[in-house]
Amino acid sequence: MSSTEKFVQMFICIALFFGVVAIILLLTSKLRSRSGERVQFLAFVLPALALIAIGLLYPAIVTIYRSFQDNTGTDFVGIDNYHTVFTDSEQLRVLRNTAAWVLLVPTVSTFIGLVYAVLVDRARLEKFAKGLIFLPMAISLVGASLIWKFVYDYKDKSVDQIGLANQILKSLGFDTYQFLLTEPWNTLFLIVIMIWVQAGFAMTILSASIKAIPDDIIEAARLDGVSGLKMFRYITIPSIRPSLIVVITTISITTLKAFDIVRTATGGNFDTSVLAYEFYVQSFRSNNAGLGAALAVIIFILVLPIVVYNVRQMRRLEAR
Amino acid sequence: MTVADSVSVEAVVEKETASSRAHKTLTSPWASIAAIAIAVLWTIPTIGLFITSFRPEQDVKTTGWWTVLQNPGLGGLTWANYDAVLHGADTDLAVYFVNTIVITIPSVLMPISLAVIAAYAFSWMSFPGRDFLFVAVFALQIVPIQVTMIPLLKLYVQPPFNLQPLAGADAPGGGFYTIWLSHTIFALPLAIYLLHNFMSQIPGELIESARVDGAGHVQIFTRIMLPLMTPAIAAFAIFQFLWVWNDLLVALVFGGGSLDVSPLTVRLAELSGTKGQDWHLLSAGAFVSLVVPLIVFLSLQRFFVRGLLAGSVKG
Amino acid sequence: MRTRNTRRVAAVAAAVLGAGLALASCADDNKGGGSASGTWPGADKSECKDLEQLADFGDLSGREVSVYTSIVAPEDQSQKDSYKLFTTCTGAKVNYEGSKEFEAQLPVRVQAGNPPDIAYVPQPGLLKTLVATGKVVEAPSAVADNVDKWFGEDWKGYGTVDDKFYAAPLGANVKSFVWYSPKMFADNGWEVPSTWDDMLALSDTIAGTGIKPWCAGIESGEATGWPATDWLEDVLLRTSGPDVYDDWVNHDIPFNDPQVAEALDDVGNILKNDKYVNGGIGDVKSIATTAFQDAGLPILDGKCALHRQAGFYAANWPEGTKVAEDGDVFAFYLPTMSDEFGKPVLGGGEFVTAFSDNAEVQAFQTYLSTDVWANEKAKATPGGGWVSANTGLDVTNLVSPIDQLSAQIFQDPDAVFRFDGSDQMPGEVGANSFWKEMTAWITGESTQDALDNIEKSWPSS
Repeated sequence: MSSTEKFVQMFICIALFFGVVAIILLLTSKLRSRSGERVQFLAFVLPALALIAIGLLYPAIVTIYRSFQDNTGTDFVGIDNYHTVFTDSEQLRVLRNTAAWVLLVPTVSTFIGLVYAVLVDRARLEKFAKGLIFLPMAISLVGASLIWKFVYDYKDKSVDQIGLANQILKSLGFDTYQFLLTEPWNTLFLIVIMIWVQAGFAMTILSASIKAIPDDIIEAARLDGVSGLKMFRYITIPSIRPSLIVVITTISITTLKAFDIVRTATGGNFDTSVLAYEFYVQSFRSNNAGLGAALAVIIFILVLPIVVYNVRQMRRLEAR
Repeated sequence: MTVADSVSVEAVVEKETASSRAHKTLTSPWASIAAIAIAVLWTIPTIGLFITSFRPEQDVKTTGWWTVLQNPGLGGLTWANYDAVLHGADTDLAVYFVNTIVITIPSVLMPISLAVIAAYAFSWMSFPGRDFLFVAVFALQIVPIQVTMIPLLKLYVQPPFNLQPLAGADAPGGGFYTIWLSHTIFALPLAIYLLHNFMSQIPGELIESARVDGAGHVQIFTRIMLPLMTPAIAAFAIFQFLWVWNDLLVALVFGGGSLDVSPLTVRLAELSGTKGQDWHLLSAGAFVSLVVPLIVFLSLQRFFVRGLLAGSVKG
Repeated sequence: MRTRNTRRVAAVAAAVLGAGLALASCADDNKGGGSASGTWPGADKSECKDLEQLADFGDLSGREVSVYTSIVAPEDQSQKDSYKLFTTCTGAKVNYEGSKEFEAQLPVRVQAGNPPDIAYVPQPGLLKTLVATGKVVEAPSAVADNVDKWFGEDWKGYGTVDDKFYAAPLGANVKSFVWYSPKMFADNGWEVPSTWDDMLALSDTIAGTGIKPWCAGIESGEATGWPATDWLEDVLLRTSGPDVYDDWVNHDIPFNDPQVAEALDDVGNILKNDKYVNGGIGDVKSIATTAFQDAGLPILDGKCALHRQAGFYAANWPEGTKVAEDGDVFAFYLPTMSDEFGKPVLGGGEFVTAFSDNAEVQAFQTYLSTDVWANEKAKATPGGGWVSANTGLDVTNLVSPIDQLSAQIFQDPDAVFRFDGSDQMPGEVGANSFWKEMTAWITGESTQDALDNIEKSWPSS
């Protein structure tokens, strides 16, 4: 296919989709009644829901089914796969690591993203400043892992260093340190990589949110003598609370699914493995499809607390 | 909370001094120092990568990149890595670039178009079980792509009801449809979630006053919602663009890998060689790939406009 | 109002329909097919005279064969170049796709019903898994005949599953090498050792001069640990011989059999010996975090003397390094411990696996199994770095001395070839626990624990 043909296909596709949306809007534009609203609702959500059902829900159900089968997919083994996950001592360490990731990454990245967004709001060079924090997001998780692998590189103290971290240690007179090898801190050093990437996401969303705070509210608060840290605590944070929840939720879910960092930096060795990586290994290297599916289902279940938290927050906001 | 709608002269004066006071607090030296510290810390690894991309292979493997700073002068630097990235493949890099663009643009626009109407419905229309559906949608964000690979691929290769297969030798559009559809599917839960968040923050009074004026949902959506949603759509567009631009897995799995559809990431992934981890090439490749998303980010920043809602509510 | 709306809807609907029709018309033409007829394009061409086998397939012009492999740039270029003769002589084109995600993606494509025509499978274990899906097609008889003619029995065995022959060997590499610097040896008066004991004595001598003789690195992303598995396999072949090796690989003896433990301890005498490792890099543990590609480099600075690694390591030396017997670096055959078992050679390679029995696919398989292709490929690789176990390969076509050495070793009648063990074991072991436990072993785990853990992980089916 030539480039022109490809671009033609692209425009056809875009036209198709926008066309579908336009049709939906046009066809439902005259509806006004109660039942009319219900029809409108269905018309508006059905395309998205249909795609999600086929592409996400159906595979999820297939996976749940698969987790109760053995590895070749022929016999039912009930909860054997789950039993393996929870009794193997190595797997328990994996669960512990995953917990560390899910607790630290969302909180720290959101915190840094928020603070930075507030600090550079309205400053000169704001776009440039935000671009710097955003850069890691533009690099891809594998790329970010390789960069930090380089930073953490270890060579004996007597030899020239290639890794920045050990160079700093060496210049300060310390011994060089095996960042990726030494348990249990190596997990923390991997978590740093994820935070480095996700802070940009938090910053971008929260920045948009901060800018959406109506000026009237800020002015009124200033008239009341509120400024600086108090402004941050009593005006900014409550106003962007829904976005904070969204950011923390999204980063938590991304963290639960991410395994590229572990895969690239340590290959899951030295006690750094997380659930998502184990799922990948069992499904694609060990040909243990049943065990892999069970691990995936556990990841699904781990999203439930996040969902519950969100629902509670939603109800609270609506009640106001 | 008082809305400064009708103002008196004194109030205006008050406002101005309060504003300049606040401005001083914001630009206080501590705030600047803190911001700079964070920015520097964040950028150092990337700077290291940038410098590495200009160093010859032997240097990269034996000494740290900071040694370049110690020996100022551009003696040791070279364009060789970029040359290898841009011209090393037997296929022109332009082909990969075209593929990436062709893959990315619909993969950004399609989920936005579907998500924005769905998010509106979830925010402002009533329907029994609406909240449950919404929770189900955003909870499905948790499904990892790997879990969907085989079931979706099977559907693409042999769709039920004798529909046109989207993958394989008879694929329409040269096989791009599988990639577009897959990217759209994976983006929808987050898109709906994010857009819904921004949409529900729009004051209900706006909608009400429009209703009172006789507008139906479609009119409210097109005339009020969409303009107000530009920052949110821009925010999501940035991430979706970025994510698709950097994506390797979806293109590999659903694209079937022929040169007709392979994006830039495929080429860059190969850079490290069959058995290698050629750092000097990877760093150059990373920067070649980084340029466009960065431009997109900086240019979409102008949609992050403040005060879209200021003064729009009458007290 | 109503008419305006209806017109709008009609307009949009028409646009959508039009788009749908446009895309439906863009479906590609069918590319596969059954047997062909017609005159063979190579009939009048002198360069095709050794490929008369392909005449049976007739005229394949316009047909395409899709090939999927893990061989990416820059090695893929010479592959593609070597197929040109095939296209000239049969008319069929080859669409080559290389990917580093090959091992993960191929099973996905096969299971989803979208396999390539041919895949170059680098592990017999993976071949077994694929055959079990039922989607692999048996090799045509022409290929089987070629393999009988040009390759040793062992090679055919690796492409056979349950007595059916599926996949012919493609390229190969020798793993039983020790890299060293001829200059360093000459300067110090050291000799290339011809027995294992000599090698250990040499290590002591080198250690005496103040540098650590051996450098090693097993880091490799998610595959971290694989070089250590090669060490164990090479040593086991020398301590207990090829038969015990085969039993071990096929799980006829347990993974933690005492013979294996003995071999692993022999490896430990080198790899876990503070006086011997890790030259130019650090301590024993640094082996686990040093990338395998970088591990041999200290030899160039004189900080290390010996590095055990496969022939393909030649690609990792910086540009300008002379890889030759009188050059900056070269490799010697990893010595044996006794004469009992001949000259064991550990190595790897790829196998041509087909998922379709179309004429053009079978023709391509046949082409790849001939001596003609082996020589074409050698000639298409001016930079060196490729070898085949095809005995029809003319060694003089190989450019690089290390490739020539590898080919000579393959063609040596005393050589006893064995394929890499971890590549033959089930994925749970060969692509998971074996790697992981070797890594843990380097960083302190005991020999017994490591082997016990691997034995525990062997799938029970």
